[in-house]
Amino acid sequence: MPDTVLFAAEVTLNGLMAGVLYSLVALGFVLIFKASGIFNYAQGVMALFAALTLVGIMEGQVPFSHLINAIFGTNIHHFGWHVPAVLAIVLTVGLMVVFAWGVNHFLMRHLVNQEPIILFMATIGLAFFLEGVGDLMWGSDIKTLDIGLPQGINETIDRVTFDAFGYGLFIDNLDIVATIIAVILVVALVLFSQYTKQGRALRAVADDHQAALSVGISLNYIWVLVWSIAGFVALVAGIMWGAKSGVQFSLSLIALKALPVLMLGGFTSIPGAIIGGLIIGVGEKLFEFFIGPLVGGATENWFAYVLALLFLVFRPQGLFGEKIIERV
Amino acid sequence: MNAMAGNYTTEDGRKIGGVMMEMRNITLRFGGVEAIKDISFDILEGEIRAIIGPNGAGKSSMLNVISGFYHPQEGEVWFHGAKRPSMKPYQVAQQGIARTFQNIALFDGMSVLDNIMTGRLTHMKTGLLSQALWRGAAEREEVANREFVEKIIDFLEIQHIRKTPVGRLPYGLKKRVELARALAAEPKLLLLDEPMAGMNVEEKEDMSRYILDTNDEFGTTIALIEHDMGVVMDLSDRVVVMDYGRKIGDGTPDDVRNNQDVIDAYLGVSHD
Ligand SMILES: Nc1ncnc2c1ncn2[C@@H]1O[C@H](COP(=O)(O)OP(=O)(O)O)[C@@H](O)[C@H]1O
Ligand SMILES: [Mg+2]
Repeated sequence: MPDTVLFAAEVTLNGLMAGVLYSLVALGFVLIFKASGIFNYAQGVMALFAALTLVGIMEGQVPFSHLINAIFGTNIHHFGWHVPAVLAIVLTVGLMVVFAWGVNHFLMRHLVNQEPIILFMATIGLAFFLEGVGDLMWGSDIKTLDIGLPQGINETIDRVTFDAFGYGLFIDNLDIVATIIAVILVVALVLFSQYTKQGRALRAVADDHQAALSVGISLNYIWVLVWSIAGFVALVAGIMWGAKSGVQFSLSLIALKALPVLMLGGFTSIPGAIIGGLIIGVGEKLFEFFIGPLVGGATENWFAYVLALLFLVFRPQGLFGEKIIERV
Repeated sequence: MNAMAGNYTTEDGRKIGGVMMEMRNITLRFGGVEAIKDISFDILEGEIRAIIGPNGAGKSSMLNVISGFYHPQEGEVWFHGAKRPSMKPYQVAQQGIARTFQNIALFDGMSVLDNIMTGRLTHMKTGLLSQALWRGAAEREEVANREFVEKIIDFLEIQHIRKTPVGRLPYGLKKRVELARALAAEPKLLLLDEPMAGMNVEEKEDMSRYILDTNDEFGTTIALIEHDMGVVMDLSDRVVVMDYGRKIGDGTPDDVRNNQDVIDAYLGVSHD
């Protein structure tokens, strides 16, 4: 088999796995957008905040230690214990639920019926606020996140493909685990929305607020629920990215990659978010592989946006959105 | 027998009880517009109560006050003998008051069956966590609710469209699905905002029959808004007539028919 095909196959697989992460972040956007029509700019920062919190709890960091030390002249940083990963994840999920409640109670509840642009601005404010709080709570240094996920080259795939094609494919164990977790998460979300009372209520709210109210659904409850789920999805995305590249503030920038994903997949389609993420993941890796050398590389920075622009021009409703026909 | 005082049996043998809901001196304003001006009336247990009046009279606004979508600036709402505090729509729904909308509010993306199932939400008690951890109870609850919904589907004769996405249905059927969703809640009080608007004669006859059967078979109290005088006279036990936000008539269809103010309002006699 020619080498190029094998390389391309390897690049595609790696692209798929990078795309999983884009899909997850995009999924968080879609959930909130569907339920409340809010484009949540803070989704990326939520991933960062969740990952920071997880590390902080695991390491036994004292939250707001800089602030406390500055005020009281103390010098404390750590409680001196380590919390097991599972327990730390449960606690972080709990905090994200409290965060969801807070966002609704102190912010979104007061902005019902406002223009979408106002809601969008509110989430931009929220993003900066949360970034500041994350910084203040856990410090701004880069942290390593190790919850015991396997890392490094998958030997089996390497060996099997080497025996078969004379070239061992490099697939990272972490990517494989991340993909499996993402698949489980998406399946769980689908089951939740199809087969539980709350899931049905959530779909109802996403479809028509007025009708949802008339059948006895509390919009506030659903909004807290959906922000909690988005927080949970953000935590999963944060864990994966953090395990790969360390927990640092650039994590919030991956949220921007979700934008082209959403333009591809449509802002209201869950399958769209997933497929869109995978297409961008694979697309940017393959483009870099084949075209990158011809144009001097670094195409990964812009490829996704150019693709999204092309979509905007030729299929503005996205892959799965319905065609918008102007009523005249 | 006195239809205004309640506790009587109708000519066709239905039992009408005491006061279920009472609106006391309701005034509702939108900025400068007074949509409802100091209106009082009551709804008796088991009756079909109509609210009629020309366009813009404030009928929908009144229904929205009852269902908690609008909150009047003045006046009180009494339900089952107790003054009701200001409530959100979902709280009103949980008290057993279901409704339909003048401009149909359905979940277009969901199937007919799923739409009607949402009507059962107030009857589902299983919590989020227990549903995740113990599917048994949740599944039993789901099955029981499904059975009830199937009964409603049979009752309204919409078996053939059970799986159809609601968005694809013609107007008349949408109205029927919306009624089905409201009935699925087993309401004590059912509010219908122009259930027959935009229908052809045959569809109107069907809808009238469903409304009468609902009242007769389930004993549901019904308050409905209707434009068509003829339909109202056939269906309702008592009628409130509104015009420009005021109540200009209240009584049996016969009383109302012979009321000079009502005749004027409907014939468009000038108001000054
Ligand atoms: N949400 C609202 N905002 C402003 N004005 C309203 C609103 N709802 C109703 N109105 C006004 O209240 C009056 C009564 O309307 P409505 O209750 O819909 O009448 P009807 O149902 O009898 O046709 C109208 O003048 C209408 O414009
Ligand atoms: Mg109306």
